[in-house]
Amino acid sequence: MTDSLVLDIVLKVVFALIFVVVIMTLAAYSVLAERKVASWIQGRVGPNRTALPGLSAIPVIGPHLVKMGMWQPLADGVKFLFKEDPIPGHVNKLYYVLAPCIALVPALTTMVVLPVGQYLDGDIVKPIVLANVDIGILFILAFSSLGVYGIVIGGWAANSKYPYFGGIRSSAQMISYELAMGMSILPVFIWANGPGAGIGGLSLFNVVESQQAMWLGVWMPIPAFIFLTSLYAETNRLPFDMPESETELVGGFHTEYGSFKFGLFFVGEYAHMVIGSAVFTILFLGGWNFLPTFGVLPDWVADPWSLMPNWLGSTLSVIYFIGKTLFFVFLFMWVRWTLPRFRYDQVMTLGWKYLVPGALICVVAYAIIIGLWDIAFTIEETPAIVE
Amino acid sequence: MAVKVVDRSPLNFWEKTYMPQVLGGLKITLDNMLRPKVTLQYPEERPTIPDNYRGVPTLVRDPNGREKCVSCQLCEFVCPPKAIRITPGEIEDGDEHEHVEKRPKDFEINMLRCIYCGMCQEVCPEEAIFLQDTYSVSGYSREELVYHKAKLYELGGTLPDQHYKWDRKKDAEEKAAAGGHH
Ligand code: SF4
Ligand code: SF4
Repeated sequence: MTDSLVLDIVLKVVFALIFVVVIMTLAAYSVLAERKVASWIQGRVGPNRTALPGLSAIPVIGPHLVKMGMWQPLADGVKFLFKEDPIPGHVNKLYYVLAPCIALVPALTTMVVLPVGQYLDGDIVKPIVLANVDIGILFILAFSSLGVYGIVIGGWAANSKYPYFGGIRSSAQMISYELAMGMSILPVFIWANGPGAGIGGLSLFNVVESQQAMWLGVWMPIPAFIFLTSLYAETNRLPFDMPESETELVGGFHTEYGSFKFGLFFVGEYAHMVIGSAVFTILFLGGWNFLPTFGVLPDWVADPWSLMPNWLGSTLSVIYFIGKTLFFVFLFMWVRWTLPRFRYDQVMTLGWKYLVPGALICVVAYAIIIGLWDIAFTIEETPAIVE
Repeated sequence: MAVKVVDRSPLNFWEKTYMPQVLGGLKITLDNMLRPKVTLQYPEERPTIPDNYRGVPTLVRDPNGREKCVSCQLCEFVCPPKAIRITPGEIEDGDEHEHVEKRPKDFEINMLRCIYCGMCQEVCPEEAIFLQDTYSVSGYSREELVYHKAKLYELGGTLPDQHYKWDRKKDAEEKAAAGGHH
């Protein structure tokens, strides 16, 4: 008993470490990707010089990796680590130091409930996840919006006016878009708990399972779009990067930050982005489901993983999921280098006048549709609900 | 003046959602992404320097290898940021260029001060100083970036002009001394 408990804890810790490493690596490399995508869009090449003494000497691959800038994140990280880290005299020291940590921690915490793939336990399909808690999405919503405290506190602790504006804007934006975001995912959960659904509940694994016939993004395009837009706002990415807006606020909330603390903010933003993309993939793009079956194709189209040997199937499902996620990370960047920043009043108008009512209408409309569907097709087949 | 009437009709529904513009923008950036890159890989590839480029000011020699500067100090005088300092020197008797009277003992241009305006080139009566195609100047100390005479001639090289002004003057004087008719 105690042995298995110890083993359980050790395994969890190991898995958690793997998760952190993977997410941090993804975040670091999305910084590289960001620079690359920006360069491509502007007709440039991007980072292509950083070389590692030993590895870059490998014939063929070595120079190629250098060209792709593979070692650039390492160099960036080392630079952030070893730069002088001054604390300006006019700041509130405690909060000044605390803010970057607060910005990064929630982003990393949300991944605890993030399923990234599936495996077979006997005959039952189970998610690969650190904690398969039933309140998955609530947990993510709650924690990811804590990230804004990092920005607000950072802006306030810096004790200078532009960072302060940045912090204020960030909190206003967060409040406006959190609402729309929360409501836009209600249809998803109505569906996941509705007809033909398995266990029910708010866990993200159920959402993925309920999308075998149809990815929700396909028949819920408007909630998906609202969610995506709010996601951009929540992660402070262009066209919603009000808190930073270099053109007006110098550097926004992180104006007074340098070296490693700035690095934490930076990585926090990218970690947020990676996790946001992952959540979007789970909610609207079928998670690791291969392709939608549309209710007519055989089951293996959606879930070829459980037919393979367990280790292969689960690995592939994770890779497929990461692939889908990376596409959205790319979309984040693509949008960033395409759209100009919204004006502050436009951000507010868009949030309150379009996204919130839009999300409300969607909730009502999909509730009615799913309810009718329920009455028409499913109730007789699932007497459990009637009882 | 021709008047162009700008269309200010109110936005229609789709335009108000921003979507057509957003998608159009995304398409443009996607096209750009697939286009060939225009970056010049600088230290390995060098840009072609156009003629008349105003790089570092340099001193030149004539095709006979005579230094053309006569240290008249006009350039020193005209240089707006006072980047030039000239130490004039006599040419000793018996030198093959004896007839030229003067040449700079030292000629310093402080490349940290020079603003590449080209005034020195313009003012020089001897066509001895030219802004040429050297554009990348670097060094480890301020002293290193004060270019002295030797360095300036090295950068300048020889100009293929055929004036030989001083030689012609000398010939004319010799002729006058010898026969006295012009
Ligand atoms: S470079 Fe020309 S202007 Fe300057 S001192 Fe020499 S002759 Fe005179
Ligand atoms: S280019 Fe202009 S600034 Fe430079 S040395 Fe000549 S006169 Fe002076």
